[in-house]
Parts: sequence; structure tokens; C-alpha cells
Amino acid sequence: MQFMLLFSRQGKLRLQKWYVPLSDKEKKKVTRELVQTVLARKPKMCSFLEWRDLKVIYKRYASLYFCCAIEAQENELITLEIIHRYVELLDKYFGSQVCELDIIFNFEKAYFILDEFLLGGEAQETSKKNVLKAIEQADLLQEPRHEYFNVPVY
Amino acid sequence: MPAPIRLRELIRTIRTARTQAEEREMIQKECAAIRSSFREEDNTYRCRNVAKLLYMHMLGYPAHFGQLECLKLIASQKFTDKRIGYLGAMLLLDERQDVHLLMTNCIKNDLNHSTQYVQAWLSAPWAAWAHQRCAETWLGGGGETAENLKLLPEKKGSSVCRPRDQEGARVDGDVPPSHQKPAQREETTVNCLELQWKEILGLNKGRSGSVLHTSVVLLMLSHFRKLVPQLVRILKNLIMSGYSPEHDVSGISDPFLQVRILRLLRILGRSDDDSSEAMNDILAQVATNTETSKNVGNAILYETVLTIMDIKSESGLRVLAINILGRFLLNNDKNIRYVALTSLLKTVQTDHNAVQRHRSTIVDCLKDLDVSIKRRAMELSFALVNGNNIRGMMKELLYFLDSCDPDFKADCASGVFHAAEKYAPSKRWHIDTIMRVLTTAGSYVRDDSVPNLIQLITNSVEMHAYTVQRLYKALLDDISQQPLVQVSSWCIGEYGDLLVSGQCEEEEPIQVTEDEVLDVLEGLLVSNMSSPVTRGYSLTAIMKLSTRFSSINRIKKYDHMRPALLERMPIMEKTATNGPTEIVQTNGEAEPSSLESKTLPPVTQPTSQANDLLDLLGGNDVVPVIQTAPPHKACLCWRRTAGPTGRSLSIRWADPCSSPARVHPHSPAFLLDGPPLTAPLQ
Repeated sequence: MQFMLLFSRQGKLRLQKWYVPLSDKEKKKVTRELVQTVLARKPKMCSFLEWRDLKVIYKRYASLYFCCAIEAQENELITLEIIHRYVELLDKYFGSQVCELDIIFNFEKAYFILDEFLLGGEAQETSKKNVLKAIEQADLLQEPRHEYFNVPVY
Repeated sequence: MPAPIRLRELIRTIRTARTQAEEREMIQKECAAIRSSFREEDNTYRCRNVAKLLYMHMLGYPAHFGQLECLKLIASQKFTDKRIGYLGAMLLLDERQDVHLLMTNCIKNDLNHSTQYVQAWLSAPWAAWAHQRCAETWLGGGGETAENLKLLPEKKGSSVCRPRDQEGARVDGDVPPSHQKPAQREETTVNCLELQWKEILGLNKGRSGSVLHTSVVLLMLSHFRKLVPQLVRILKNLIMSGYSPEHDVSGISDPFLQVRILRLLRILGRSDDDSSEAMNDILAQVATNTETSKNVGNAILYETVLTIMDIKSESGLRVLAINILGRFLLNNDKNIRYVALTSLLKTVQTDHNAVQRHRSTIVDCLKDLDVSIKRRAMELSFALVNGNNIRGMMKELLYFLDSCDPDFKADCASGVFHAAEKYAPSKRWHIDTIMRVLTTAGSYVRDDSVPNLIQLITNSVEMHAYTVQRLYKALLDDISQQPLVQVSSWCIGEYGDLLVSGQCEEEEPIQVTEDEVLDVLEGLLVSNMSSPVTRGYSLTAIMKLSTRFSSINRIKKYDHMRPALLERMPIMEKTATNGPTEIVQTNGEAEPSSLESKTLPPVTQPTSQANDLLDLLGGNDVVPVIQTAPPHKACLCWRRTAGPTGRSLSIRWADPCSSPARVHPHSPAFLLDGPPLTAPLQ
């Protein structure tokens, strides 16, 4: 995978993970172009599109578009499964019925979960349980700022 | 200074902004607060501020002043700080920043941290930077880092060693040659991998899926062909093994690992007969046993098909693969249909016969609603056309041409022409097909196809009468499609005598008089729909007919204009942009007036005086040039290639100055302004 983007129906970016080195300007350009292209697609169209020399896989979950770019020789269908697995992980972590707001307000957690699951663009941990366990443990290691655990850390 | 606001508060506040300007204001205020907080070296709230900075960065605002702060966070002893610090570093830094060099020490220290989760954590930033040139710096500067990597697997548990190794190999792989020590690199990678393998083979059922997974990712080296049998065994175990809920997706155990192994087998078996043979069985097994009700199963099947296609598999297996793709085509899920069509396109060259069996399904896909599927189906259909199925396929393709989107029409039309040229069963069929394309998608046909078609028509000598008759009829119906009009007027000009004589073998001859033909051609000249190129064609046609038709009286009535047209040319002045433009203005008096009076411009002359004209223009050097592209700059130029005075006589039609309404839509706007013309002459 070269990169993964999460953006809303209005085109606002919620998460961006790049597995290839690009300058900030290039990243912005790519994001803008891709967001436009994906948002222009009609609902009944195929989840795959060809963009530059990459294949772009996108799937819409409620109000969020999950968009991945893979190279020409990779498997598109398994990428759809990867996206789905990530959504499942988010769902489990945020206590079922995860929505866009959860990702907006806890974007750093979304990044942590993504980094536990994917590494360098490839899935590194195929067990749901292990990923969630690792995140849980890491969360416990975080020093609480307040005696009440409900208060957010930052 | 009061405590900086929490991340949540900031996000909530920014979301209440109603306009972009309001949001920018809020962000700027917060950035100022953060900057002053950074300046104060506030340790307690640094991670909060960096978190806020990351949010603002995601919204698209500059956040470079936070880079050094990330470094400080990483160096901190608190886990929370480190976490956010590394996240910030991954998001904000790239190879251009020198700050990452400062992190080398921190990372080295963290690698030896007591908590394994810190180490595991490092894999992500390591991965992020492994691609970049900073890897080169790190490895070049310290073989120690590589050493550290090597030692880790021995020390820590599996959850740590896998990311380490993965990134270790990746880093090694990415270091440019100048910094590489090949032997050392090989050694490091091989060491890591062998350690991995020992663990895997020692482990019962290879249940540490992630270790397997990562090792499999690493094994992208052809060295490891000898491991193919073991890989095959692992895959077999995976398929046969019982239910494992945590690795399971819709009833299939660990599909990600399965796909990875298949991918690896593909790479290893690519040009190697032995490996390919070892894999045949397992591939057949996976292909037949996988559940296809959900996307996961299809994903595995797809990977299997790709593998079978790439390795040196036996023909039975290849046929099995193509049948799987054929089954995919019938699936309800359009993603799967798309994937099938793409793969079939790749294999159609090598396994043509097998793909032919699915031709009818492919042709059905032409009627699909999805645009990408239609395009793929169209390309595949053209690839499948051959001498046997040309008639049937062409019918479907022409029907598709009728109803498809304009984006496709150009490609489809060229495809049809190409296929017709290669496989046409008879000349008449060929001409009919061409006619059909021109009438249905005439305006989308490529510019260069007009001369090709003309050449084709001239070659089919016995069909001339039939062709010209059909083209004439088409012209009567519709003169808006330029390529059709151009080809028709050319043919009428050439074979007008056949048309008028009423001889046609192929179909019922029509009765046409010379006057009617000339009427039609004149109509083209004055029509608003005709482009300048088309007018050129029709003009030439009329000229030619003057030699073929007997009733030259009609043409002769413009004789009085000949002297005016053919008088001595005025002195041409060279302008900065182009010389000949001036000509239009100076000697154009005769022409614009004639155009405006809507009469035929005087360019035809009877045969007997054709030679005089030729003499005037310098004899055999004269070459009529009808420009077909770009149409908006068309002019009918009789240009001498070499002659005593070296002048070119340029007769330009549709002079933009005088008849703006008739200019081809592609011409730039300034052309419609009055003189001086600045448009370049073609």
C-alpha cells in the first residue's frame, strides 16, 4: 500500500497515512486530487479506480470514505478486506457503533490502531485480538493526568 | 500563563467555525499560544500542545515549528510523551528535515528500553523512515543500528522481533548501493530470517500468525526457492486447520496470510519450473476448496489465479484459472466483475482460446451500468475479435457504439476500424461497417481515420459505385458529422460520374442528376455546420466534378471572377507572427464579397483550361494540400514547392474576419476580433 486516506463526504481529511516518501506539497496535491476524484464517483460504481499509475480502492462507511492506493500488482480484493478489518478494529476499540466523530476527536488513537495493524503498508498482525490487546496495554502505560480516568489525557 | 486548552476543546471550538476565515483565525490564535508555550519550555503540557498541532496539521495548516518539540517528547521518559512524539515525528518530518538525524540516538536508546511495548512501538516510525534517505544516514553512520537489529530477535519475544526484522530487511533493502555492504546486508537479512524460521518450524501449527506473516513478507528473495515446499505445507495446514476466531474472516482462516503466501509463491515460482511444479497441487486445492460466497473467498481465489498465471503452471491449471475468472464475470458484485475483466485482459494474449470460451459473458458485460466495467469489456472484446467471430462481435460492438457514452465513442470507433481492417470477411461488409460507424459516431471518429478510409475506399475498386451511392444517401440525411461529410464529398468528387450514371450492382441504383449533386456540395459550403476542412473537401469535389460532369455550364457561370482571382498577387509582407496572413487582407476583397453574396467562390475551371492554371502555378510542382488537422486552421492551399517567384497562392476559405459565425468552434477567441490577425497559419 502506498497510502491511506480517510475523509468525510465534504472532503475534509480525517486521517492520512503515507507509506511512501513525498514532500508536504506533493501530499497536499495528491490528497486534493484524489478526494475530488473519489467524491465524484456515483454510488453504484465499482470500488476500484485507476489513478496515475496506481490502483485506488475506496469504500464508504457511513459518512467516511476509506481510500487506499496500491500498486499495480497488488490484490484489490484483499485491500478491501484490510479496510474492513481496520474498521472492525476501530469499532471494537471505540465500543461498537463507531462513528466519524469518534475518529475526529480521537484521531491520535486511530493512528495508533492503524500503526498496530499495518506496518510499512502491509498487514503485520492478522489477529484482531492481538491488535486490540496491544493497544489496550499501551493505553495502560500512559500516565494518567488526572485521578479520574474519564478525563482525556491531553 | 494559564494551562493550554485541551485537545478536545480545541477540536470542538474549531468545528463551530462557520467560515474558512473564522477557522483560520482560531487556528492562528491557538498557534500563537502554542508557540509561546514552546518557548517557555513547558514540559507538562508539551504533549498536549503537540497533539493540538497535529490536529491543525491535518486540517492543512503549517506545523513545522513543532518538529523540534517532537524530538523533545521522544527524549522524554514518559510513555505518553513518547507516543505522541513518535506520532508527530512520523507525520511532520520527512527526509528533508535534519531533525530526524537527531533522533537516531533516541531511537537507539529506546530500542533497548525495558518495556517491550516501547520497542514494538518503534517499528512504526522505523517503517515510516525506512524508505527514506535517512535510513542511509543511519546505516552508513552506524553499522551499530544494523547490529542492534540482528541481536533483538534473540533477546525479545515474538511480538517485538517481527516488526524489527521486517523493517530491518526493508531498511537494508532500501539503502543505496554506495552505502551497502552486500555481504553484510545479506547476512543480516538471512540471519533474521533463519531465526524466524527456526521459531516458526518449532512452533506448533505455526500459530503465531503474525510472525509467520511478517516472515512471509520478508521472503521476497529468490534465494528462498528452496523453501517452497515448506511454504506449501504451511498453506495446506492453514486451509485444513480448525477454526481460530481471532484470525478468522467470514469462515476463512487468516485470509491475509493466505494471500501473502500465495503472493510469495508467485514470486518464487515465476521463472522456475521446479518450484512451479511443487505448487501445482496446493494451488489447485485452494482454487477448488475456497468458499466464494463472500469477498474474502474471492480475494483468495483472485490471488490464486494471479499466481497460476504468473508461474509456469500446467495447462490444466491455467484453464482452471480462466474458468474461475469466467465465474467471476457472472458474480453480482461489480468489483469482482471488474477484477475478472482486468485479469482476463492480461491473459488474453497468452491463453487466447481459453478466454474465447467466455466471450459471450464478456460481451454481455458491455451492457453493464458501471463505466469502468464497460471500458474493460470493450477492450477485451476487441482483443477477442478474430476471423471466425467477426460478424457476430461486430454486431454487438456496433450496437454498443450506438448506446455508449461519448468518452468511449472515439476509442470504440478506432477499435472497430482496426478490427474491420484486419478481419473483414468481404469488401461490402467492410464498407457497410464503416458507413455504420460514420453515421452513428461520426463526430467522434479520429481525424486520421478520414484519409485512411478514403484510401480503403479507393482500394476496393468494384465497390466504388455502391460506396458513393450510400455515402450520397447518408449525406442527404445528415450533414452535421464532419468526418462523414468529408469522406462523402471526397467520394462524390471522385466517383460522381458513377453516381450520376445510375449504375450500381450491389443495391438499387438511385436517380441523381448532376445538378442535385452540385446542389448538395454547394449546400455543404455554405452550411453553418461545416468546418473549414469540410468546406475544403467539398470545394475540391466540385472542382473535380468539373472534369467529370458534362454540364459545365453551371460551373462556367463564375468565369467572370477568374481574372480577379488569378490576377497578380500583391507584395507579401512578412509579419512577426506569420507572413501569409497579410495576403488574406489584401487580396481577400474578391473572396469575402463572394462569400457574403452566398455564391460559389470562383475556383473551378473547365478541363481545357486546367493546364493553363497549372502553368501559372509552375507546373508539376503543384500539390493540393488539404489539411485535415487541426481543423480550425484549415485552408485550401495550392502551394508551389519550387517556382520562379517563390510565391504561394493561398486561397483561404471561411475568412474569420468576414464570417465569424462559421469559424470552427475550436479556434481561439481572438480570431474573431478584427485585423490584424495574429493567429498562426498552418
